[in-house]
Amino acid sequence: MPEQHYLEVSGLSKQFGTGDGAVTAIRDVSFHLDEGRFLSVIGPSGCGKSTLFNIIAGLMSPDAGDVTLMGESLLMKPGRTGYMLQKDLLLPWRTVADNITLPQTLQGVCRKKALQNALPDARACGLEALLHRRPDELSGGQRQRAALVRTLQSGKPLLLLDEPFGALDAITRLSLHQLLTGLCLRKGLTVLFVTHDVDEALLLSDEVLVMGCQPGRIIGHYTLTQAKPRAITALAHPEMMQIKADIMVLLEQEVKTDAAG
Amino acid sequence: MRQDKPISRLRINLWRWGLLAALLLFWELGSRTGLIDDFFFSSPSQIWQTAVTKWQSGQLWRDISYTAASTLLGFVLGTVTGSVLGLLFWFSRRVALVAEPWMIVMNALPKLALAPVLVIWFGIGFSSKVVLAFLMTVIVAAMSAYSGVQSVDPALETLLISLGAKRRQIFTRLVVPTALPSVITGLRVNIALAMAGSIVGEFIASDRGLGRMIVYAGTTFDLKLVWVGVVVLSIVSVLMYAGVVALEKLLLLRWTARKAN
Repeated sequence: MPEQHYLEVSGLSKQFGTGDGAVTAIRDVSFHLDEGRFLSVIGPSGCGKSTLFNIIAGLMSPDAGDVTLMGESLLMKPGRTGYMLQKDLLLPWRTVADNITLPQTLQGVCRKKALQNALPDARACGLEALLHRRPDELSGGQRQRAALVRTLQSGKPLLLLDEPFGALDAITRLSLHQLLTGLCLRKGLTVLFVTHDVDEALLLSDEVLVMGCQPGRIIGHYTLTQAKPRAITALAHPEMMQIKADIMVLLEQEVKTDAAG
Repeated sequence: MRQDKPISRLRINLWRWGLLAALLLFWELGSRTGLIDDFFFSSPSQIWQTAVTKWQSGQLWRDISYTAASTLLGFVLGTVTGSVLGLLFWFSRRVALVAEPWMIVMNALPKLALAPVLVIWFGIGFSSKVVLAFLMTVIVAAMSAYSGVQSVDPALETLLISLGAKRRQIFTRLVVPTALPSVITGLRVNIALAMAGSIVGEFIASDRGLGRMIVYAGTTFDLKLVWVGVVVLSIVSVLMYAGVVALEKLLLLRWTARKAN
């Protein structure tokens, strides 16, 4: 009997439209991830990263393939994973406290208890003093931290983070990298992370998947052995520099092929 | 660019009340000196005298309370029914698409033209006025609520689905709060429409109310009483509008500043 992995993605394909206008978003995407690992998916725009995430999140059905978490299929079963996007998507009329407790209150936990449960994460993310504020009173970094706490509060064993720090400035992003790595190590989180930024992927991940476009498919898979948490100086390590160079070459070839096509 | 000086609120109020005082003084003096025909236009002092007499006899209060009651009842019933209908359209896009042209046609229909029919159907009593006020408000409320429903951010809806929210939960936690400002904005328009409905109902056939008082006074050439009706109606209308504005503020305050515990 084949070894069962924590997350198994096998043979996923998805096409949009029909006839001449049909676009194959992803074709035969397969990979697996073990519990407590951090995997980044990197690729040019339009390579089907978000489609892949939407299928794993149970928000979209594939044309072929399957996704299983601990042996159970995730297809079209939303609510089984924690999902965070580049837009913080905080409800503007709710306070930070009401936003971060949303996943639990949706599951029927009373607000007071949900807030008690969320407090340690809120504290770890530096939000304790901001709980009474509304999203429009927060900075971009604070809003993303609130969105991160909300994602953690979903209590799901697998987190899908789709370019969560893409809209932030470099300094805020660095502080959030440290925060996320700390949380992942402490809680043993299993994370799938989409990014455009190779350095970000190298700083945070245990594994990096590189996707090519048209159709979206896996063109590279790297395992990083440097200990975590990694300082920014880890990027200067020969292993990291070699992997970065390899990824950049792959992405450059993809962009050239795409432009030629 | 011209720099605007700060506007003194006291000065603005002095001008506002000063203009009213000047108008009343001109009206009164014009009437006494014969510059204004006091049969057609009466005078502020004569109108005041007539109002006091009618108030002391109890007739004025009886008419005010009758008109105010039918207006408020029609307004509440129409606004609540319309808003609930408009919000429920979120549950079925198909029903909403079928209902949309109906709502547009119903909104364009001159509902006041139905007044004689409604008086025949519902009698000359209180109910025909309430029904007319209801009809005046229900479609506007439904359209306001529906336009609020249409402004729901699909990304927020996807987020709630990814958190495992049921449709009922998405409705109460996302759709209703998103649509609330549109519903509330519709209130100001609706209170004026409800009053127009009640008054026209009283014009057609009634044994009470300010509308009936104005028509009766007009047919008996008691123009002083017509003016009393017009002035009192204006005051009642302004008070109701102020009440709705206060309600709006209260609701929006609750909407925007729900405090965390």
